[in-house]
Amino acid sequence: MHITALLLSRLQFAFTISFHIIFPSFTIGLAAFLTILEALHLATGRPTYRVVFEFWLKIFAVAFGIGVVTGIVMAFQFGTNWSELARVSGPIQGPLISYETFMAFFLEATFFGILLFGRTRVAPWLYLVSTAMVALGTTLSAYWIMVNNSWMQVPTGYALVHGDLVPDDWPQILFNSVVWVRFPHMLLASYLTGAFCVAATGAWYVLRREFNAEARVMLRMGLILAAVLLPIQLFFGHLVGDYVHDRQPVKFAAIEGRWHDEQPAGEVLLAIPDPAAETNHYQIKIPVLGSVIGSLSLHSKEVGLTDFPRADRPPMVIPFFAFRIMVGCGLAMLLLAWVGTYLNLKERLQRHRALLYLIFWSFPLPFVAILTGWFTAEVGRQPWTIYGLLRTADAVTPILATGTASISLVVYCALYTFIGGFGVLFIYRLLRAGPGGRLALPPSSTHGRQPPLGDEPFIATESP
Amino acid sequence: MITFWVAVLALSILLYVLLDGFDLGVGILYGFTRDEGKRRDMMNAIAPFWDGNETWLVVAGVVLWGAFPIIYATLFSAFYIPLVLMLAGLILRGVAFEFRNKALHLRWVWDAAFAGGSLLATFMQGLMVGALVAGLPISHGNYAGGEFGWLSTFSVLCGAGLCLGYLLLGACWLVRKCDGEVQAGAYRLIPALSLIALAVLAAVFIFALRDHLQVLGRWLERPYLFLFPSLGIAAGIGLILSVHRRRELAPFCLVAATFAAAFCTFAISFWPYMIPFSITIDAAAAPHASLAFMFWGEGLFVLPLMLIYTAISCRVFHGKVRSQSDSY
Repeated sequence: MHITALLLSRLQFAFTISFHIIFPSFTIGLAAFLTILEALHLATGRPTYRVVFEFWLKIFAVAFGIGVVTGIVMAFQFGTNWSELARVSGPIQGPLISYETFMAFFLEATFFGILLFGRTRVAPWLYLVSTAMVALGTTLSAYWIMVNNSWMQVPTGYALVHGDLVPDDWPQILFNSVVWVRFPHMLLASYLTGAFCVAATGAWYVLRREFNAEARVMLRMGLILAAVLLPIQLFFGHLVGDYVHDRQPVKFAAIEGRWHDEQPAGEVLLAIPDPAAETNHYQIKIPVLGSVIGSLSLHSKEVGLTDFPRADRPPMVIPFFAFRIMVGCGLAMLLLAWVGTYLNLKERLQRHRALLYLIFWSFPLPFVAILTGWFTAEVGRQPWTIYGLLRTADAVTPILATGTASISLVVYCALYTFIGGFGVLFIYRLLRAGPGGRLALPPSSTHGRQPPLGDEPFIATESP
Repeated sequence: MITFWVAVLALSILLYVLLDGFDLGVGILYGFTRDEGKRRDMMNAIAPFWDGNETWLVVAGVVLWGAFPIIYATLFSAFYIPLVLMLAGLILRGVAFEFRNKALHLRWVWDAAFAGGSLLATFMQGLMVGALVAGLPISHGNYAGGEFGWLSTFSVLCGAGLCLGYLLLGACWLVRKCDGEVQAGAYRLIPALSLIALAVLAAVFIFALRDHLQVLGRWLERPYLFLFPSLGIAAGIGLILSVHRRRELAPFCLVAATFAAAFCTFAISFWPYMIPFSITIDAAAAPHASLAFMFWGEGLFVLPLMLIYTAISCRVFHGKVRSQSDSY
């Protein structure tokens, strides 16, 4: 393959955004979980909730920090590497991304500071509000990102003026049906990520016979949340599939591995696609199911990839496999969550060590599902950056030299590997050490404010 | 509408320079001490604030994209390498806040990342401002200066100048937030830093004269521009006096005033251009539908909220950092 600035920019974008998405998707779920814990603690006064809260807050801090710094790169990368995209669709995408910054980032940054350093400085109710504000901030951030990405998938509410895409109908851009199936799909994926990480950690401690009270809280809350959310997630996944079927038929055909029109269409479960010969090898296929999934009908005609010129088709192998991995992860999580919740409610989960091991080792599943889901969506949109309007090849910065692009790619790869490696190491150490330690107290209302504790390194105090 | 968004852009850049300026400055100063207690004090003095401060940079970036997409596309692709290096610096120092405490044996790695990242990011910011002042060659709406067109003696001097400016802001912040040895050290540093900063400024001016920078012509056309440097000089004198009298809040405010004066000087000498002498504000502005959409939501309602959040953060974390330098 010929190395060009375009190829390097695509690699860089794919790498930086894949790395970035891991951390926000984890922290969105975790922020919601922290809010529930803090509310439960205030309501019941049970110290276990507080201990679990402090434990996950430390992990949240590491993941959030990495998410913040890698997110700043995203805000600049559209200008450095994709200046034509930034110029052509700037009047629409620019305001959307700016809303994210205005509405979400300040909320997160300010109240996250209070979460980390403010326990001894603010009243308990304000601390709970701060936790909820961080959770709200992460959710708003996800909303604006999904509006922006959905507009790139299905551009709507725009007008073409002198070659630029300018806004024509903002309500249509913000509230169209594609946004309202994709945003919940992403949000649920984040909640599931948080739930599975918490449940897996609980399972680990139960297996190690440590931190019994905290482990049971984690296992119970994580599993129940996952068991409730997973069917809803599958339903929204189906709705996302419907929009792809209607609005991006070529992506749908790639995901389905369908090369030619079929009526009624079969469903390819697994196969080894051969794009050169435009066919599948060793395929396992169920007749008629393709029509049922695509159009809820027993005899609908479903289109194949060969209906579209080669220049307009995505690199079919990636969305085809990515989609199957995502669905596989989802089904495995559903099974684990339901069986685990059932046994847990019957108080028998502690004895099933094999299942506990499975739950422990299931923590990568939601991350894999999110990444492969995004690969399906983004690679499936190719060769377009803005579907049907702007090709990726035309979106790249025209003055970008191959050498310059390779410098930034190397810098980002080295840097992200470095901080990612240490970040994962530190999170692992925190998890291994488990919950515990002394708890900082909120300010007492009677005589001034409590002095901070000595073992908290970063607590500022009042001047006397 | 256009005027409103120019004002927001100017506000966010100024706030960014003042706010992230002090924590980047503290980050650079951090590299000059080996004392663990002092280092902790210095980090404590900025830890609750840096994330919010840095967000003003993102605000400036996205306001550019939303309101002036042509500038965003042209400027950011022109400053490709400086921006990548600046982001690398910001990433390294950003993760160091959390990572440093968690490291067992490799704490020095994160100390180096914190100080080095702060220095790198600051230097690149100053360098880009310098290159912008010197003038970016633009043809057919694209940057045409080559991969290293932003690199010149002038821009490097500007990079060094900004490092000194942020160091001053950082030292004044430490005066305000710390006591004991850290505060005393910061007080001692300020006069020396001011002198070096003055020398670098003079050098920048001499190079500007030597290169016949187009910006200088502006000064002859608009003599009222000299008001702002005069204000800056007045604030500088006030700074030395306030340090002499060991005031705690005044030095920071006076350095901030100097920065504001310098910022106004730049802004007014550029007006009405956004990229000096090739792209004007009006030519760069997004269509009315974009600006209005941003105005009626984020401009009118969210922007005041953001300022309130910043104020809340300062309110909650007001007062001195507990000195730890004595206990080690």
